[in-house]
Amino acid sequence: MVLKMLKEEDKIFKNLYNDFGWSIDDAIKRNDWSDTKGIITKGREWIINEIKTSELRGRGGAGFPTGLKWSFAPKKIGSRPHYLVINADESEPGTCKDRDIIRFEPQKLIEGCLLSAYAVNAHVCYIYIRGEYFNEGLRLQEAIDEAYKKNFIGKNACNSNWDLDIYIHYGAGAYICGEETALIESLEGNKGQPRLKPPFPALVGLYGCPTIVNNVETIAVVPTILRRGAKWFASIGRPKNTGTKIFCISGNVNKPCNVEEEMGIPLKDLIEKYADGVIGGWKNLQAVIPGGSSMPLLPKNICDSIKMDFDSLIAAKSGMGTAGIIVINNDQDIIKCMARIARFYKHESCGQCTPCREGSGWMWRILERTAKGEATHKDIDLLSDVTKQIEGHTICAFGEGSAWPVQGLLRHFRKEIDKRCSGEPIVKKKREVPYLVDQHLLESKDA
Amino acid sequence: MSIKKVHDEQPKNFEFSEENLKLANKILKKYPNNQKKSAVMPLLYLAQNQNDNWIPLAALKYIGNFLSMSYINVYEIATFYTMYNLAPVGKYFVQVCTTSPCLLRGSSEIVKACKNKISSEPDNISKNGMCSWTEVECLGACVNAPMIQINNDYYEDLDLKSTEKILDSLIQDNPLKPGSFRNRKNSAPENKTLTNGVKNA
Repeated sequence: MVLKMLKEEDKIFKNLYNDFGWSIDDAIKRNDWSDTKGIITKGREWIINEIKTSELRGRGGAGFPTGLKWSFAPKKIGSRPHYLVINADESEPGTCKDRDIIRFEPQKLIEGCLLSAYAVNAHVCYIYIRGEYFNEGLRLQEAIDEAYKKNFIGKNACNSNWDLDIYIHYGAGAYICGEETALIESLEGNKGQPRLKPPFPALVGLYGCPTIVNNVETIAVVPTILRRGAKWFASIGRPKNTGTKIFCISGNVNKPCNVEEEMGIPLKDLIEKYADGVIGGWKNLQAVIPGGSSMPLLPKNICDSIKMDFDSLIAAKSGMGTAGIIVINNDQDIIKCMARIARFYKHESCGQCTPCREGSGWMWRILERTAKGEATHKDIDLLSDVTKQIEGHTICAFGEGSAWPVQGLLRHFRKEIDKRCSGEPIVKKKREVPYLVDQHLLESKDA
Repeated sequence: MSIKKVHDEQPKNFEFSEENLKLANKILKKYPNNQKKSAVMPLLYLAQNQNDNWIPLAALKYIGNFLSMSYINVYEIATFYTMYNLAPVGKYFVQVCTTSPCLLRGSSEIVKACKNKISSEPDNISKNGMCSWTEVECLGACVNAPMIQINNDYYEDLDLKSTEKILDSLIQDNPLKPGSFRNRKNSAPENKTLTNGVKNA
């Protein structure tokens, strides 16, 4: 079987596995920083238009068109400075692409920072990196220092008359800080609790100033797009789902790996070609979570033919997310696996909105009971109801992120769940509990 | 949100060392002059490093004064973020990732190994005082699962045997080198037959 592969010359991240060295001199050999000044001279409008034509969509999960986002920033600097913030708080389970970019292609990110900062009128760029990536942060700082030394950034960066300073800010283990407004709060020295939108950060963001927040991968592909042209980027993939993407294939595959491939590559090809197939063969596949744990899972019959891009996955009632593919085979207990994901969300809820704070705990407890076969069929309806009450009732998308995986489980594996939990409630009789007693404390006795 | 236990025995005073004071002033320069508060997270890390990897309450007060923040503001940040330890941890602090991608590849075995070698309960320091362990959420190295973080370093592609070796090395205060324990090159595909003839691709 001959499979179509992304041509080597079309790969953006040639050093994804550190075959050729990460230092600035090695990066320059790979064409980073070549004629950056020339690109800047073409002007802001040109850069933003080029990114719009390339149809680049944000790689951090939401898939928002990057060029459009940039065009929301005020055209001229008013009384307040503009900021560019890079979201390197990669914490979505199943995702580990930004780590490799930071470790092995830091100059792509730094050059991208300069070009994007110029496009959105920012003189200061903060890179918010998750605290656990301590060594990766040191590496990035080293790379930034190298770039300062060569005057690629700093005062009059690349002789373009544009000043740019880049600072690293470490997070401290909060998943929610990957949400852009929570990230801004955290950067300001507060708890990472998301803000209401609008106003959007592009107008009122960091310190109340216009701020553009982008994912590491989004920014790191910008220089290559501007150098090779928007048309080249748009020719890869299909309309509205263009370009290449780093896929992280983890879970029950023979050889888990990160790989850069064309958008819209069939999921089956990706798993069989690069990850050496599902453990126990394709027929042993149970389900795949296609875009990091927040996206609903897909059962085997959909995985047989699904293509990995934004719109195909939305059509299958899931999502591209961060393209962290988690493969689950038939040896695993799917309910247990989803209960673990629910525990993750319970742990990481920032606690600001009640539906999410309380609901994530409810979902976890019901799923734990279900996994043990202790739940009743009424519980399953309750679970479905809880997910609906979280979804759409929270400030940020964390609510959806925690509810969708459970909805996906109920949608595709309802039969398995019902088989395991067909029992009637053990306590049918309503217990007489005085009204003022904390009902939730008695909950476990009710099941 | 994490549940955190503040240590019972607290030192009375805390002050940055001369070296850290310099670092702290350098950190302040990263942020606009009127936004000193932004430096609270890096300063908490400084305090944690200076004090054997945990932050005493006195340090929260000190940092509050340093940045003209109220004590409670600093306290709520130290308790909101999971990476600030408010009670002592071992010299080698083992964090086991147990989120789904690691779970699917056998992180429960690793938790078992920690229970056997270090302490039966998480967050307790081992008998010889060298190690403590805890379960954490996704550490972002999912294609190298299962994995653990020891202090700042990632140990990847583990199994029960290699984990036991690593834990033994910690207890003997002679830690093994971090990285992949299956001789993998970073996150590259290991499947050589299906490449375009490109090294490691």
